[in-house]
Amino acid sequence: MLIRGVALLAGCYLTGQLLGETLGRLLHTNANIGGVGFAMLLLIFAQNWLEKRDRFLPQMQSGILFWSNLYIPVIVAMSATQNVRVALSSGFTALLAGVVPVALCLLFLPLLSAAKPPVETPTEWTT
Amino acid sequence: MDYITTLLVKNGLIVAFLVTGLLMVVSDELSRKLTRSKIPGSAIAIFLGLSMAYVGGLLTGGSKGIADIKALSGFELMGGSMLRDFAIVSTALGVSFAVVRKTGMAGVLSLLIGVVFTFSCGAVIAYLMGYSDAKSIVTIGAGACTFIVGPVTGAAVGASSDVIANSIAAGLVKSILVTIGTPLIARSIGLNNPSTAMIFGGLMGTTSGVAAGLAATDPKLVPYGAMTATFYTGLGCLLCPSVLYLLVAALVGH
Repeated sequence: MLIRGVALLAGCYLTGQLLGETLGRLLHTNANIGGVGFAMLLLIFAQNWLEKRDRFLPQMQSGILFWSNLYIPVIVAMSATQNVRVALSSGFTALLAGVVPVALCLLFLPLLSAAKPPVETPTEWTT
Repeated sequence: MDYITTLLVKNGLIVAFLVTGLLMVVSDELSRKLTRSKIPGSAIAIFLGLSMAYVGGLLTGGSKGIADIKALSGFELMGGSMLRDFAIVSTALGVSFAVVRKTGMAGVLSLLIGVVFTFSCGAVIAYLMGYSDAKSIVTIGAGACTFIVGPVTGAAVGASSDVIANSIAAGLVKSILVTIGTPLIARSIGLNNPSTAMIFGGLMGTTSGVAAGLAATDPKLVPYGAMTATFYTGLGCLLCPSVLYLLVAALVGH
């Protein structure tokens, strides 16, 4: 049962990545456009679809939750493989180009947050 | 002693699980004892991870952080894009689709602003720092977006290799700044709900930075931020070498 969840996740992941790669090719870029985003949307739809038919069993869910709980350790491992040496020893131009736009971009955050329609906080959020 | 290293290399991924696990135990203890859980253990773990990457880079002169040390080469797989993206996708389980749909437009807008504005800032900085040809200006501007957009754009417009190296460095600085900075400023910028996390992901774009920064802030926000951030690099690779390059070329004259 567990493997069904993992397989569902893997199926969504690969389909999403394929969509992202295809979109990138159609638009003549060398990049994957939104593969992870598509995969996430697919997983959300698949979950809804299966839940409506009572086919989304708890063991299946735990196969996906296992990976979702491994997320932070994976990110820690990712941090440990970043090229921090180059970032810290980079020239002044790279330093400025890395820092200034981030700081200025943050100014847009309150504007855009205010522009979106009010969203009711999902109930699970209050916990 | 050689056979021990061989054993560790052969079981690289398992070694990475063990070392990361120990690192997180230490981080959780530090978080509880030194900061009374004010700074989350995950934030400390990510910071320690970055420090380890720096040490790895210093010791080996390589570009893959701690993974360049032979016995720890399994980190490359555990922290690589395959497992990272797989784990990010899994966090979509339980995401509220209502929030995603309602914030959708603001998310798209934040992506466009994020790419175009970041690019413009980077390009202006490149110009002020003495770069005068469109190829270099565009490549540095693209590097300010993410460390993938920079080299992709540089290769597409034919920039020189030192400019491309500079653009990668700019992207790395951004990624690390977002990783460390997000939990520090989250409260003051209202980054405590899924909608704002989606907009934040679109504005910042660096998937590794956003994912790690949000993980250190509140893991529940990660899927929302990651969902928009994942479109950013692609959009940057689409816009920078094309429309934005033509625009800059027209502005500087060659």
